[in-house]
Amino acid sequence: MTTVATPPSTPAPAGAAPAVGAQRIGIAGAVLAAIAWILTLPPIMARTAVPSIVLGLLAAAAGVLVVRHPKHRRLGGVTIAVGLIAVPLALAMTNQTAANVREVFTWSAVIASGLTFTTPLIFAALGGIISERSGVVNIGLEGMMLTGCYFGIFGADICSSWILGALIGIASGAVMGFLHAYFSLHLRANQVVSGTAINLLAVGLTGFLFVSHYGDNGSPGTLPQVPNINIPGIDHTAFFGSAIGNASVLTWVGLLLVPVVWWFLFRTRAGLRLRAIGEQPRAASTVGLKVIATRYAAVTASGAFAALGGVYLADGFDGSFNFDMTDGRGFIALAAVIFGKWNPFGALAATLLFGLSTALAYRLPTFSQTLGTLFLALPYVLTLVAVAGLIGRSRPPAASGIPYVKE
Amino acid sequence: MIGPRLRRAGRAVVIPLTTVILAFIVGGLVMLLTGTNPLSTYGAIFDGTGLNWLFPWVGGHSRVIAAQDLQQTLVASAPLVLTGLSVAFAFRVGLFNIGAQGQYTVGSVMAVWVATSFTSLNPVVHIVLAIVVAALIGGAWAGVAGWLKAAVGTHEVITTIMLNEIAIYIATYLFQEGGPLQGKQALGNPVSNTIANNMHLPVIWGNPDLQGLDVGVFLAVLAAIAFWAIMHRSTLGYEVRAVGHNPDAAQGAGISVARNYVLTMVICGVFAGLAASIDVLGWQFQVSSADIATSQVGFLGIAVALLGRNTAVGTVFAALLFGALETGTSAGNINSTTLNPELAPQLTYVIEGLVVLLVSTDLIAVRLLRLPRKLGWGGPGPGADLGEELAPDDPALDAAESLRPEPGI
Repeated sequence: MTTVATPPSTPAPAGAAPAVGAQRIGIAGAVLAAIAWILTLPPIMARTAVPSIVLGLLAAAAGVLVVRHPKHRRLGGVTIAVGLIAVPLALAMTNQTAANVREVFTWSAVIASGLTFTTPLIFAALGGIISERSGVVNIGLEGMMLTGCYFGIFGADICSSWILGALIGIASGAVMGFLHAYFSLHLRANQVVSGTAINLLAVGLTGFLFVSHYGDNGSPGTLPQVPNINIPGIDHTAFFGSAIGNASVLTWVGLLLVPVVWWFLFRTRAGLRLRAIGEQPRAASTVGLKVIATRYAAVTASGAFAALGGVYLADGFDGSFNFDMTDGRGFIALAAVIFGKWNPFGALAATLLFGLSTALAYRLPTFSQTLGTLFLALPYVLTLVAVAGLIGRSRPPAASGIPYVKE
Repeated sequence: MIGPRLRRAGRAVVIPLTTVILAFIVGGLVMLLTGTNPLSTYGAIFDGTGLNWLFPWVGGHSRVIAAQDLQQTLVASAPLVLTGLSVAFAFRVGLFNIGAQGQYTVGSVMAVWVATSFTSLNPVVHIVLAIVVAALIGGAWAGVAGWLKAAVGTHEVITTIMLNEIAIYIATYLFQEGGPLQGKQALGNPVSNTIANNMHLPVIWGNPDLQGLDVGVFLAVLAAIAFWAIMHRSTLGYEVRAVGHNPDAAQGAGISVARNYVLTMVICGVFAGLAASIDVLGWQFQVSSADIATSQVGFLGIAVALLGRNTAVGTVFAALLFGALETGTSAGNINSTTLNPELAPQLTYVIEGLVVLLVSTDLIAVRLLRLPRKLGWGGPGPGADLGEELAPDDPALDAAESLRPEPGI
């Protein structure tokens, strides 16, 4: 979310110093705007909006200063916008009763439920990053996730073990990933079309298998589910206890995988090769790297990751399989990949933002019956704004989506 | 020897046909694996589509039922023609419009809103107004993606996916319990107001109370003709095809690529908005939050366009196939002793997914058709012609070319 500072190596154009100054003013303005809203939330809970209005207007004024700088016009625009948005937000909070605000913004509960919404997204987003870094676009994350949902439940049912179920789910996602790889690499299909096909196919296949295996009864209610972990020491503390003291095993696995994937991509030889193949496949091939084989592995792995997200969704979160239950989560994960600039930590930040805003959306009915639904669109609006170039520039791997033909 | 023109036409028919047959075979294998008889199932689906009405020997009560089923098939196909055209038009300029679903969604919102407001208007004017507004809002919604592509270079796949989800949440919000557009009589039920009887599109074949065929089907055919005319008889179409073949060369030749991207997306959105308007005014007569969330018309448009090789005629036939599949597997039409009615719609998704998967590459069909020759089964069979490299002016190549992906997803 933060604007990336210009690397020091770029030759400083005329007036570079004021440019950096303008950038600082802009960021400071955005921070002021955030503080303006936070003042009216727990634990501070200012019951008057006056300080927030002052801060919000100050932020907007800072934005006006910045927007005149040709290099930072966008940052200035964003600062003005968030400054002006902070004012009605603060007013909305102070107009509600204190009890209502406390109920919606019970941070520990928001975090706990936000983490459950975030977990499936993390896995799918990590899968998307691995695939796209190797140069294959994966629109099929949604379908691979859904496959994991069904086979996670099915596996847990027939093996009476959630771990074996998870492994079967992962394997099913890997098969879907391999299918996507076979079509887009071997048969040189358009990757977006093949991914779209995976999504349609997954809806049909899982639905077909589900109805023909379980019939009208639905999945059994007594499945071995993904367990939660009680962290001794903090599971009874006031804040952390309810926020993270009792999260799912897979939530922790997901959070742990973020640095692991980052380390793999940016600190290992194999990761460097994978990225090289995603940026310059021909050059990579010239120095002897196996472009097609690496891409096969990456896309198959991406299916496995997305499917593990599906396993959590079905066997950890819902406890059952439902027709088309991923409900667009694969697309949110795709958005998180872009929003996070193809970096695991960036994607984690994006999925946390999406997960927490979803959690908030489900608590909003305390304020208003209907606004929660509108709030659910927020991740998509943010992503649209992000890809439109307003928040830094996001640059995909150079060869992402281009079929590789060996010469 | 057959001429190159005829050969090309043959190829444009045979490859999609092979694809469809392959998809049905794989779908049959899935059925076999789960213990369902594929042949009787496909037979039941065929009867459910009403296409047996075309057989003169079907008579009596079966003929009446078949006619109703066929009307439903055509009613289901008409919006698919339009969303198919929406996706196909974008493909021709080199853009992938995954957003037909979102454009369809905003179109249905506006169609139902206009049709249930302004009740003092003359019904004919009112119907036309609802259709036009739905088309325009669809165009505007898609135009956002086109404009972002032209101005900032944002990849349209990402923007249209985001616009889809935003449209779906906004529409769900509008019609949900307590939402601003929830119907006055609909308390406790997330649906819009119901469109008055005099605002329904006239039914031309069958019983208006049993989802007879309405004039919306003409709108779909007209749109297909317009698609062909724009593409092959107008400067815009020439420019669109030029940009689709090679944006850099087109830019060099003085064609504004940016302008074509925006215009194309707007036209795509208009097609999708029209699809929504004939659904809403033709047979739905109201829109519910549940419809918004489960509708797949726009997504199926992708399959329709790809199978139809992004041509007007191809899109019409592909839409008929998918419309027939949808009707044939619908719970009311399928013979429940042959196939569990809950299973049937899933089968449709499987076959549709397989079709898209197989259409995503011509290589499979081409290899399959080459097989007889490869196995030494005598002279150059049909595959001999088909296996050759695609001729440069083949619309299929247009499609393949325009599908040439670019970085940015």
